[in-house]
Amino acid sequence: MKQTVRVTVNGRLYEEEVEPRQLLSYFLRETIGLTGTHIGCIIGECGACTVQVDGTLVKSCLMFAVQANGKEVTTIEGLADGDALHPVQEAFINNYGFQCGYCTPGMIMAADALLKKNPDPSEEEIREGLAGNLCMCTGYMQIVAAVKEAAGQVNNG
Amino acid sequence: MIPGAFDYHAPASLEEALSLLSANLDDAKVLAGGQSLLPLMKLRLAKPEVIIDIGGLDELNYIREDGDHIAIGALATYTDVAESELILSRCPLLAQTAVVVGDVQVRNRGTVGGGLAHADPAEDLPAAILALDAELKATGPDGERWIPASDFFIMMLTTSLMPEELLTEIRVPARDGYKSSYQKVSRQAAGFAIVGVAVCLKESAEGVCEDISIAVTGMTDVAFRAEKVETALRGQKLEDGAIASAAALVTEGIDPIEDVNATPAYRAHLAQVYVERTIQAARAR
Repeated sequence: MKQTVRVTVNGRLYEEEVEPRQLLSYFLRETIGLTGTHIGCIIGECGACTVQVDGTLVKSCLMFAVQANGKEVTTIEGLADGDALHPVQEAFINNYGFQCGYCTPGMIMAADALLKKNPDPSEEEIREGLAGNLCMCTGYMQIVAAVKEAAGQVNNG
Repeated sequence: MIPGAFDYHAPASLEEALSLLSANLDDAKVLAGGQSLLPLMKLRLAKPEVIIDIGGLDELNYIREDGDHIAIGALATYTDVAESELILSRCPLLAQTAVVVGDVQVRNRGTVGGGLAHADPAEDLPAAILALDAELKATGPDGERWIPASDFFIMMLTTSLMPEELLTEIRVPARDGYKSSYQKVSRQAAGFAIVGVAVCLKESAEGVCEDISIAVTGMTDVAFRAEKVETALRGQKLEDGAIASAAALVTEGIDPIEDVNATPAYRAHLAQVYVERTIQAARAR
């Protein structure tokens, strides 16, 4: 039996009928068409589908859409302000913080959440903050450098 | 990787959750944070026909001081526990353990009660609650009862909760004046414990062990207290040699599990090394 969910995504309210078993990741991509959130492993290991729910970092494949009822979701599409990229996005570009780009939306959401909580993280704290996000190109050096730059630290990566 | 279909209920109160559970005993699963249940459902290892989502029950989401105890609602997340000032100051072992569970995302959604009720043998928190002599509150249609941590884990994925009961609170004694540490070895970052050891100890100014509790997870079906090690060290001066020879006792009478990560012999070796290492880490704090 379908359920009605009301979810605010990137500031816009969506009211949709969904199957309870629909994962939030599929809701974002297929029901409301926001394909910036990537689906990698779909068993909660890789972090490509990472979004923020009520400001908290979560993997959207480890959550049913019905669990997001009444909540506010921020996806990668919600970071930029019009044409002006978010500072974390800018820093990823400046530091070549991606190779194939598949993990990038999740990485950026995780980096943003980390910096909101800890504006001046050490390298160890950056790596711990991104531990739930896998880059299969293994481009972690540039990603860590990007987060350092976004934090306003000297880029020595 | 799509879970089977189910009927979804999001009760508005604990009372409603309990009556939904009693009405669906054979085919319901309780959903809290979902960080263990969703992977199982996606792999179709779990195919519940009814999901009772207690995630919205704010009445089960708290961490508060209760005299010489700390009361933790079942829906407190690992992040809540890891960052709680109260827990960090009066019972840091819980925070030290919660902060190495999974990764940031899993700790943000995963709940203490959900993890304990799931009873995965490689989970971290069972070691901490055993070492702390925690008590767990089970609430059912006929009221509540308290289960000592030592009686809670029956076997792999099985606890002493009755089908109609929910785990609602974890109560731990404050450990003022104690030193503690949780150390684990896992195959990769954010991995499950192949072996994890929790230590909580009190030593005199002269380094004599006045009290010590040690619990080990990942070794067998259920986490256990390393009582022989504790007995060997209680009242003794905590010197390196004494700690090392006591740590060797952790595997006595224990039959370690074998899986893709480790042979029984390797697990036994890790347990001895990690008991020693965790005692030393606790003392260094």
